[in-house]
Amino acid sequence: MEPLIRIRNLSKRFGDGCIRCLESTGPQHDTNLCSCCGSVMACNNVSFDLFHNEALGVVGESGSGKSTLVRLLHFEWEASGGCVELHQSAWPCNLPGIFTGGSDYSCNLLGLSHFQKRQLRNALMGIVYQNPHIGLRMHVSSGGNIAERLLGAGWRHIGRMRHRSSELLEKTEIPVARMDEPPCNFSGGMQQRVQIAKALSNNPLILFLDEVTTGLDLSVQARALDLIRNLRSEFNLSMLVVSHDLGVINLLCQRTMVMKSGHVVESGLTDQILQDPQHRYTQLLVASQL
Amino acid sequence: MITVDNLSKNFTLHILNEKKIEACRGISFNVPQGGFLGLLGPSGVGKSTVLKCLYRTYLASGGAIHYNSATYGMVDLATLPDRAVIDIRDREMGYVSQFLKVIPRVSAIDVIMEPILARNGVTRDVARKRTIGLLERLRIPSHLFDAYPATFSGGEQQRINIARAVSWKPRLLLLDEPTASLDKYSVGVVLEILKELREEGATMIGIFHDTGLLESVTDSVYHVC
Repeated sequence: MEPLIRIRNLSKRFGDGCIRCLESTGPQHDTNLCSCCGSVMACNNVSFDLFHNEALGVVGESGSGKSTLVRLLHFEWEASGGCVELHQSAWPCNLPGIFTGGSDYSCNLLGLSHFQKRQLRNALMGIVYQNPHIGLRMHVSSGGNIAERLLGAGWRHIGRMRHRSSELLEKTEIPVARMDEPPCNFSGGMQQRVQIAKALSNNPLILFLDEVTTGLDLSVQARALDLIRNLRSEFNLSMLVVSHDLGVINLLCQRTMVMKSGHVVESGLTDQILQDPQHRYTQLLVASQL
Repeated sequence: MITVDNLSKNFTLHILNEKKIEACRGISFNVPQGGFLGLLGPSGVGKSTVLKCLYRTYLASGGAIHYNSATYGMVDLATLPDRAVIDIRDREMGYVSQFLKVIPRVSAIDVIMEPILARNGVTRDVARKRTIGLLERLRIPSHLFDAYPATFSGGEQQRINIARAVSWKPRLLLLDEPTASLDKYSVGVVLEILKELREEGATMIGIFHDTGLLESVTDSVYHVC
């Protein structure tokens, strides 16, 4: 089985950078701040594969580069270096020039134009942020929020978009009668579910979940997780699940990567990471679990 | 079908000043297809560690675990890539832990049906029938079928645990004290179910608390020391 996306040496640096950036940052120095030039190495040579229909967990403390990784893969931020390749089987539409003859994998997606990246994102990806204010327009109706995403993916028929929106809101347990209300009227848990509905609207192949349950109270958190679990099997999603909560990762993911100071320090089967952690930081993380 | 060669496992606890703990070493055995090997030894000697290394919950520190997979052919479970291990777990290898660990908020019947549906490619009706058959044999009261196993008694939880592991008929089954918290009658039923599974060709490796039981169900014994 071949990976859906291959990510190699993905890096993101904030700042000018200098020759000492790489050697003066990382888990062994317990920092991602270059002591020489003050640049921040938010992600440093991150490599991994994401397979079809798999949930891959990313754990690590705040500032370890988890969210940066998601933003890079979702093409929100420009990477400083690295390579992201997509398997041909993921290919839904005909964007020219991404697959060159012979290879099963695309060219480096990071080198595409902004327009192509946006098309790719609209066709393949969905994202749910920790903060619904980033993912949603708070003062536009919930149905409108979903329609915005559908418009991006090429939908044009208003009736069909409305139908799709109500279908998705129903799936995510939002009363369809409240479809025309803006998310600012909703509770935090409901806003999160509208975000999930929006993220799923274009039938994405890859769903990014960035700390989706952080800040929700326990029962709401449980419902959001149950929802995500059910949607994953229903939609055959590949998910990248970013969380600092090992319980969430344990529930959703078969494989897990551990990040620290911009580096991936360890990866493995989730039960192995939790029961036989190898790296000092992972051992500390597991031992700190309540 | 599975040959363990000089397996060892050490833990290095970085957060306790690099303390090293040796969990097991020099483990070597061979289980032929359809065989049932019992692991014997005093508590703390590393029996569960061996099973966890086979299931890859622990990463082996040394040695090899040669397994003849139906999907991948001959592989070393100690070093096989994660994705392939997940695949083998999904298609071939089952594990019964000492205690039930399941996803919360899933009913007993769904806990057992889920692996059948995911792995055997049968219809919901067939899976449901097989599940109910198992639950009835294991004498789980029918009013508990749609309750959450987290609320069950220890013995009931363990029976759910066993039902979940055998329901999809794995090719290789690892059993870590599956009968420890069961009454005599349930132990009898579990042994009967294991026997039927073996008649269908499954290979097993198990730890049993009770030496008499161990000798009666297994066809060879390995002393862990």
